[in-house]
Amino acid sequence: MQRNNLRKWSSVFGAAAVVAFAMPSSAQQTKYDFETRMNIESHVGNITGHAKDAKPDYRRYCVGCHGELGDGNGENFPWVDPKPRNFQLGVFKCRSTPTGTLPTDQDLFDSIGRGFDRSNMPQWSTFTKQERTDLVAWVKHFSPRWVGEKPGTPITIPPEPEVTPERIKAGREVFARVQCWKCHGVLGQGDGPSAATLTDDLGRPIAPFNFAEGARPKCGDTDKDIYRIFMTGLDGTPMPSFADNIKPDEAWDLVFYLRTLMSQHSKEKAMAKQLGLKPVDPNAPAGQQ
Amino acid sequence: MRVSSYSRLRDVSYFGSLVLFAVTVMLACSPRANALPAFARKYGLRCSACHESWPMLNYFGQKFKDNGYQLMNDRDAPIWQNPSYWPVTFRITPIWHRVSTGKVMVDTYGSNGAGGSVVTGSTLQRVSNSGFDISGLDFHTGGTLEKNISFYVLPSSNNAAQFHFETVMGRLDNLFGSSWLNVKLGKFELDNLLSEKRILTLTGNGGIYQLYHFRPQGDGNVFGQMGDNQLGLEVMGHSWNDRTRYSAALLSSVDGQVGLPYGSNAYSGFFTFSQAFDTGKAGVQRIGAYAFVGEAPTNWLTQTGPNGATVIPGAVGNKSFSREGFVGQFYFGQHVDLQVVTQHGQDSVWFGQGYGDFIDGVASGNNTTGTTLAAGAQAPSWNGVLVEPHYIYSPQLIFIGRFETIRMSQQSTPGTASNFGNISTYTIGYRYNPFMTSRAGFAWHNEYNWLHQDGTAPDGTNLNTSELLMGFDFDF
Repeated sequence: MQRNNLRKWSSVFGAAAVVAFAMPSSAQQTKYDFETRMNIESHVGNITGHAKDAKPDYRRYCVGCHGELGDGNGENFPWVDPKPRNFQLGVFKCRSTPTGTLPTDQDLFDSIGRGFDRSNMPQWSTFTKQERTDLVAWVKHFSPRWVGEKPGTPITIPPEPEVTPERIKAGREVFARVQCWKCHGVLGQGDGPSAATLTDDLGRPIAPFNFAEGARPKCGDTDKDIYRIFMTGLDGTPMPSFADNIKPDEAWDLVFYLRTLMSQHSKEKAMAKQLGLKPVDPNAPAGQQ
Repeated sequence: MRVSSYSRLRDVSYFGSLVLFAVTVMLACSPRANALPAFARKYGLRCSACHESWPMLNYFGQKFKDNGYQLMNDRDAPIWQNPSYWPVTFRITPIWHRVSTGKVMVDTYGSNGAGGSVVTGSTLQRVSNSGFDISGLDFHTGGTLEKNISFYVLPSSNNAAQFHFETVMGRLDNLFGSSWLNVKLGKFELDNLLSEKRILTLTGNGGIYQLYHFRPQGDGNVFGQMGDNQLGLEVMGHSWNDRTRYSAALLSSVDGQVGLPYGSNAYSGFFTFSQAFDTGKAGVQRIGAYAFVGEAPTNWLTQTGPNGATVIPGAVGNKSFSREGFVGQFYFGQHVDLQVVTQHGQDSVWFGQGYGDFIDGVASGNNTTGTTLAAGAQAPSWNGVLVEPHYIYSPQLIFIGRFETIRMSQQSTPGTASNFGNISTYTIGYRYNPFMTSRAGFAWHNEYNWLHQDGTAPDGTNLNTSELLMGFDFDF
């Protein structure tokens, strides 16, 4: 009788063990998917990157945050904010391509080297160009998007015009018209009325950029980079593309006005001071803000 | 009989099922390591991000250090940290080791004729000792006080828990917004690209770079040890990606001893420059040069009183010394690299004749007024090279080798054998980190070192020493 009981329970334990061992096999299946995309390449300049060559570097430098499966669920996930990117989704903030499209290899290459201010992603400028290009291919191999889709065509950025007081004033009007202040605040301090309600595409709270704090914008700090941000949007975040709402000339005006909100010294800031430029007034009638 | 076998088989299978289940539960429930080394927990990066193998820095770790322990992501200042964060790490190493020295003078005994024994003479013999032991304890604390203001404080003990300050320094980083200008003040490690403080080996002779501490036999200059942390002021700079680096340090010639001791009236300088090159899949190669030049005293003052002569700190009679060489860090893909350091060293003839060495308590010759050198005495000089290859199987397993040799090119005392004091040493070992997270460092360490010195045995013949070591090297 005792032996029968023992046999019964051992069968239960055995079955439970089999189930427990079988559960991780679903993760193995995902890894198998990655294996099928291991031949993905990347191209930056005349350098060709190979995903398989980046595996040791990814394991050494990246896996703690982005995770073995590239899902942003590494061991540091609970501790870092903003959360690490989930490469499986194939959605990236910093792109030269229109909203909704995949970034170019050069975009990813630049992101790795530049890092992201106000995040745990440092500047990985210590890699060779070859190593960084290999890592771009590795990042791509996590998402099936790269198999069926091609990257978008980079937007055209017209030559930067000369900054003038009139352009800064025009930029202020664009800032008011497209309601940048709703998230970024009238002084660009990231404290607009909608700021506290913002979430990213995964439902996580996200803060709008604070221009006044002295940080570098996430996707680069040149005038061209800033222009690119509001013409492509930051996919996966509440920051949309304004390509359909702002003309290229107006976009440059907005770049100049945003420079006046930043803490760094600039000629735009000096001009704004001379003009006695005041922050936009959300309560004023439309057109007079 | 058959029934019995079947029954036993069935029992075994039951037992096997239970073991399988138990192992499964254990594997499923085993917790992750939860230790918090100082920088890793601040930035959420694994040890392997900054260390080729902990504690040796890789290129990214060197850049982090050169930026004043900052990632430069605008989250470096403590204001961004949880208030409970305190940047402290301790490191200690319990070990088993066996030390064997080839020729040690030991007493010989004979009977005293009354059932006892008496010392009848001495003889040379190999002495080997083995047993369990521990290393000293290091408390590392460092990081930023504010953006671009950093510090490092390291109270360190020997294995009997007698503490001293190994490192105490404050650093102003990126002065005038430029990475080319950083200033460090205090007691710190010299800017050796191949850092002895981050050495991957632990034995008595293999746990230091002989090249960084070499003195000719009988030489009195303890001040030229570039492996010892020194007191001074360092200016260093680097390009934004750390490809180009320089440093220049003004140091008190006291070998890091505090309290304005003997030698504090003399100064020396340590200068480095290096350039790294992008070589595609091979990695980033770096070559550089260093020079340690300065002067140190050979004469100390004494005061004769009722209790006999006492030595007064401070000294005069400064004489010169120099160490210079090249450094190379060569990478051959992601698994193999080679670290190389060369050195040409020269001490003043006064040091060569045994003057100067008071600071470590060995009062040799005092260069007082009227002292003259022995006829024909010369400034000793030597050449050396250090080659350290690594095979990195993975961030968790590294195999280490090292060969160092130092050859005298000129002896101080005429008639001395040309090879007297030459050194050759080999070290091999591996370090295995069973886990790799951003929370703790733990390595199973196994190493063997063999050291050969020409003519330094008590009978004037060659002396060989070896050590085998294994243990747990961990920090938390």
